[in-house]
Amino acid sequence: MSRNCRLITYKEASAEALLMAMEKDEKVFLIGEGADNINGVGGQVLPAIRKFGPSRVIDTPLSENGLTGFVVGAALDGMRPVLIHQRDDFMLLAMDQMMNQAATLRYASGGRHRVPLTILSFVARRPGEGVTHSHSIQSIFAHFPGIKVGMPASAEDVKGMLLAAIFDDDPVIILEHRHNPLYEQAGQVSEKYYETPLTAKIARKGKHLTIVTVSIALLDAIKARDGLARLGIFPEIIDLRWLRPIDIETIVKSVEKTGRLLVVDTGWKSCSISSEIVALVAERAYGFLRCSPRRIALPDAPCPASQYLEPYYHPNPEMIVQTVEEMMKK
Amino acid sequence: MRDKDFLKKLYFEMLRIRMVEEKLTEWCNADLIKAPVHLSIGQEAVAVGVMAALRPQDKIVSTHRCHGHYLAKGGNLKKMMAEILGKATGCCKGKGGTMHLFDDEAGHVVSAPLVGASISFAVGVALSAKMKGEDKIVVAFFGDGAVEEGIFWESVNFAAVHHLPVLFVCENNLYATHIHIRDRQPSEEIASRVKPHNIHARRIADANNILTVIDVAASMVNLVRKNQPCFIEACTYRLREHWGVGEDWHLGYRSREEGEKWLAKCPFKQLQKVFNEESIPRLEIDEMEKLIKQEIDEAVEFAFKSPPPSLEDLLSEVGGDK
Repeated sequence: MSRNCRLITYKEASAEALLMAMEKDEKVFLIGEGADNINGVGGQVLPAIRKFGPSRVIDTPLSENGLTGFVVGAALDGMRPVLIHQRDDFMLLAMDQMMNQAATLRYASGGRHRVPLTILSFVARRPGEGVTHSHSIQSIFAHFPGIKVGMPASAEDVKGMLLAAIFDDDPVIILEHRHNPLYEQAGQVSEKYYETPLTAKIARKGKHLTIVTVSIALLDAIKARDGLARLGIFPEIIDLRWLRPIDIETIVKSVEKTGRLLVVDTGWKSCSISSEIVALVAERAYGFLRCSPRRIALPDAPCPASQYLEPYYHPNPEMIVQTVEEMMKK
Repeated sequence: MRDKDFLKKLYFEMLRIRMVEEKLTEWCNADLIKAPVHLSIGQEAVAVGVMAALRPQDKIVSTHRCHGHYLAKGGNLKKMMAEILGKATGCCKGKGGTMHLFDDEAGHVVSAPLVGASISFAVGVALSAKMKGEDKIVVAFFGDGAVEEGIFWESVNFAAVHHLPVLFVCENNLYATHIHIRDRQPSEEIASRVKPHNIHARRIADANNILTVIDVAASMVNLVRKNQPCFIEACTYRLREHWGVGEDWHLGYRSREEGEKWLAKCPFKQLQKVFNEESIPRLEIDEMEKLIKQEIDEAVEFAFKSPPPSLEDLLSEVGGDK
């Protein structure tokens, strides 16, 4: 990174992207439940409120589906709204407007309509958040053509992906992850304006197997890497970043080199982005695989609230080390 | 208001919608339309009456039953007919179809068939207009069934709280598909249930009388221009099937007697009575029919001669890709 960088947290980088987008273009506005001047969506919209006030940071009634329709309308009228849901489970109340409308209007209008809308939300994994707030439901959003889905896993990418989303002419969903250490984790972030490309990122180069991670699973894979190094195993870690469009070329190229594929996801396993990656690799690079692809994802149960059960629910570095060891024996 | 030319213009606009939909009826009977067509025959006075109170820069949104709104707002007839035939020259290049008609240039922003969806778009366009300080208002057209959707109440609530320049126009034609309003809602009257949201709300018991529609719409539009959202319940009647072009008395969900009561309130007959008072001769109506027929013939020729979309169009303009 260049000399314009400083060390800031993921949360600060996200807040900076929102503010920067609003400074760059007066058509950008923020809207959402709890976008107020007290909590400011976990503090993320406070810098924007201080600078632009309630006319461009709009706190709203509790109307997830309606709000999504309102911002679609505003986008059709030339604005670039950023709709914020405090937890991604609230987005399920807006599926109709997101998927039946925002994702289809460009196509249904023969390209004459564009919907430059960003939907920003958060996976709030924490003990006690329970069966809905801990949802990590990115895969269902990525099912629909017409809408992009990104999950930034570093301070640098959360800024660049948010800016790319806001200035994209089509609808984009950005899901941040509020679990620590990611949310409070600092990283080198440029002060300048930049957009993250619609590609996966090779987070760590390696040679023995390919680990594709989604969102915060990147941090688990990086931790696992230390344990694996002691066993003489050097994985290549790919941070997926965008679920749609999916950058399968980067993954296939890596698997052609390593011959092994492990996907670590923060969502459930069935009918998921991990299913999709394994299927695509099977279709495109079957002959390169030296063992069955493996997946680490959530077990088929809702997330328990209890702090005694919750730690067993999510993927962790130990699971990754164990799975990789099994794969390397084959 | 009751200037002769103005009255003639209203009649012309209603007649244009009726004659276009009669042409679509012909097309359907000849199996030329590969889509469910939702006709507004019988309801023309609401579309034309409300539109008469608007300025060109004002915007509208509509539903699956959108032909009348599209035409009354000034939508391009050629592009409409081509769209209904699925042609590349249609307003949506053939990909939207009869339920997605829109014409940005005329101020018809969008139509969306999922009941209630487009009401929220109108609120969003109004929010955008207010933020940009633009001098325009937005009208959402929808049916009585949409009032049962959560998104209608979310839209009314938000428009009231944020004082948005939006006019909600509910075309109450008594039926959602085949179910009467008394079996779906606590009363057959809607306006009084909207009022408590600090929204000006009026019910027009006979919205087939276009002059009443214009009077109410004009006074409501004045309030909307001052950022006071309003609601009009326009009682009218669909004379054809929910979708399709035939009559449907044989289905038994509504009676021919009920239909005949509304036929007696025919928007054309009601306006013709005024014509007699103002001594507008029948000859002028014949002249209108001739003009409209000529426009329709040209649109039909355009639509039939237009090319279909190409195979490349199948995967173009999707979004979500690199």
